[in-house]
Amino acid sequence: MPTGADVVAAHHPDDVLGALADAGPRGVIARGLGRCYGDAAQNAGGVVVDDTGATMFRLDPATGICTASAGVSIDRLLQGLVPRGFFVPVTPGTRFVTVGGAIASDIHGKNHHKKGSWCDHVLSMQLAMADGSVRTVTPEGDPDLFWATAGGMGLTGIVLEATFRCPPIASSRVRVDTFRLRDLDETMQVMADTDDRYDYTVAWIDMMATGRNLGRSVLTSGGFAAVDDLPAAEQAHPLAYDAPVLVDVPPVFPSGVINKLTIKAFNELWFRKAPVRREGELQSIPAFFHPLDMLGDWNRVYGPRGFLQWQIVLPFGEEERLRRIVERLAVTGSSSLVNVLKRFGPNNAGMLSFPTAGWTLSVDVPVGRPSLAALLDELDEVTVEGGGRTYLAKDSRVRAELLEVMYPRLDEWRAVRERVDPDRRLRSDLGRRLGLL
Amino acid sequence: MEDALGSVQRALVLGGTSEIALAVLERLARDRCRSAVLAVRDPHAAAPAVERLARAGIDDVTTVAFDAAAPEALPAVIDEIFDAGDDIDLVLVAFGVLGDQADFDADPVAAGRAVTVNYTAAVTSGLATAARLRAQGHGTLCVLSSVAAERPRQTNYVYGSSKAGLDAFAQGLGDALEGSGARVMVVRPGFVHTRMTEGMAAQPFSTTPEVVADAVAKGLGQRRHTVWAPGILRVVFAVMRHLPRPVWRIISAR
Repeated sequence: MPTGADVVAAHHPDDVLGALADAGPRGVIARGLGRCYGDAAQNAGGVVVDDTGATMFRLDPATGICTASAGVSIDRLLQGLVPRGFFVPVTPGTRFVTVGGAIASDIHGKNHHKKGSWCDHVLSMQLAMADGSVRTVTPEGDPDLFWATAGGMGLTGIVLEATFRCPPIASSRVRVDTFRLRDLDETMQVMADTDDRYDYTVAWIDMMATGRNLGRSVLTSGGFAAVDDLPAAEQAHPLAYDAPVLVDVPPVFPSGVINKLTIKAFNELWFRKAPVRREGELQSIPAFFHPLDMLGDWNRVYGPRGFLQWQIVLPFGEEERLRRIVERLAVTGSSSLVNVLKRFGPNNAGMLSFPTAGWTLSVDVPVGRPSLAALLDELDEVTVEGGGRTYLAKDSRVRAELLEVMYPRLDEWRAVRERVDPDRRLRSDLGRRLGLL
Repeated sequence: MEDALGSVQRALVLGGTSEIALAVLERLARDRCRSAVLAVRDPHAAAPAVERLARAGIDDVTTVAFDAAAPEALPAVIDEIFDAGDDIDLVLVAFGVLGDQADFDADPVAAGRAVTVNYTAAVTSGLATAARLRAQGHGTLCVLSSVAAERPRQTNYVYGSSKAGLDAFAQGLGDALEGSGARVMVVRPGFVHTRMTEGMAAQPFSTTPEVVADAVAKGLGQRRHTVWAPGILRVVFAVMRHLPRPVWRIISAR
């Protein structure tokens, strides 16, 4: 739900501290580029600190250690890092997320099975605290506060700056292998068999296919190419990087263009256009990592009522439950285009961090059908029964009572929050809705 | 806090023993609603309503004295309610009196009192509520208007005119709140079978509190500014509104 708040632009840490000091009863929350699908960076009736004015970062090219203001986006980081032979440690499907947001959601990407999530790579962060102090928080110095902030949805303090380790790359191209997989069994089998061989991997899954095609997918897996892998003409500039936004979706996209038939047709086409198997194709960083950014304002295709995202993780061994969920979504024709399946590696110490070893499924769900609320409640239950959870960064509707079952360390997190923000200056709509405050 | 599908967690009903309002709360309890405040004329008489809500799953119910016949006192009551608890996601304006046109003809002062309840009290409490929702940055003021607001009938034009005023007020307030996070939803039910209409001859397209409740829940999910119950009345009244007066006079006389 859109809500009303006062937005304060923060260009300097003092602006953030000022907003915290002036916090009224409705509190303060930081906001970056607004790519959370839910209400995590909204604060009805309170103050929203817009972090995107703080965009400084520096890289130590000897070590790959980068220090960036909270408002720096992955887009900006890549423009600086890639030509100098480094990549971000983790990137989601859009590069328009900020460093602050990456910490608050402890974001994950195609390399989770090998490299974990964003906060696994953070060496330290500067946190503006509710009491007006600025603390340098490290996993060694104050592990409780560090791991309460990692995935803590911005409710432990406002990130001013973070230092994180960036991996070196030899080129700006990814060597990609593509597998077209005929059903969910084959998808899960091939993913389990091949994950180890690739640094980056994810499957796009056709959530409209039913029956014997249920769960058919296109798996793309890859790793950064060596200079030798590039065509001779490109070897002179192996780190060339350009990430344009190609087309803006017009502001008035006719409502109803996205319906069950067009989605089904699109998915069919997308599946068919993928080669049954192709190896060693070279793709650019935007093409491989950031397909969502190819269209500016792509969310507009869903029309004015929009869509929501539903992302879960189910532990390994719960494959049957995953199948039930995929089947329910497919049979009811609930989801649409951007649906992905991935295998997560082990969890980190983040108290509210989402990733944990298992299968993660993320689906786009157009809003509109009255039966949607009940369907998603039902699938939440299936997820919880299997020991799984939903992703808070994408949540906009989960039942509050399920939270402590999904996140068994919620009490630890609450204890840290009680310690660092006893007056509840940090507040958000997500916090209100889920009783986190 | 409302979620992305319009489910509310906590509601306030002005006129808390209204059958339509209770049906709405029961419907909302199927989603996320667990807490409610019932503002009623006589809190002691509200026990059956509280029990009914508890059975539906809303176990946190408080009752507050609220007399729509004395509009001057209402803003203070609204403020006390908002000050006393968590955010209120939905405020239902559900009080009102139907009255009998023949009685009003004989007793103009009674007609004036009915208008005070249906219109003046709704304006007073509506504005007080809107200020709180605006400060809160979210929430829906749901105003139970009536199809009677669409065109006056000779058989109940005191009631109809009071609802017409209320309807216009709610529309204007809704536009004024645009962008604040708070919003107004106008609900126009047709003839609803309740205590209020007991013994009266049912009108065409008559309906039940449950149908109105479903329409309200759906309207919240779709962020509608106007809801008709049943939905067909929107089409019916698109025609009725433009009938020539002599024709309407005949149709509306029954």
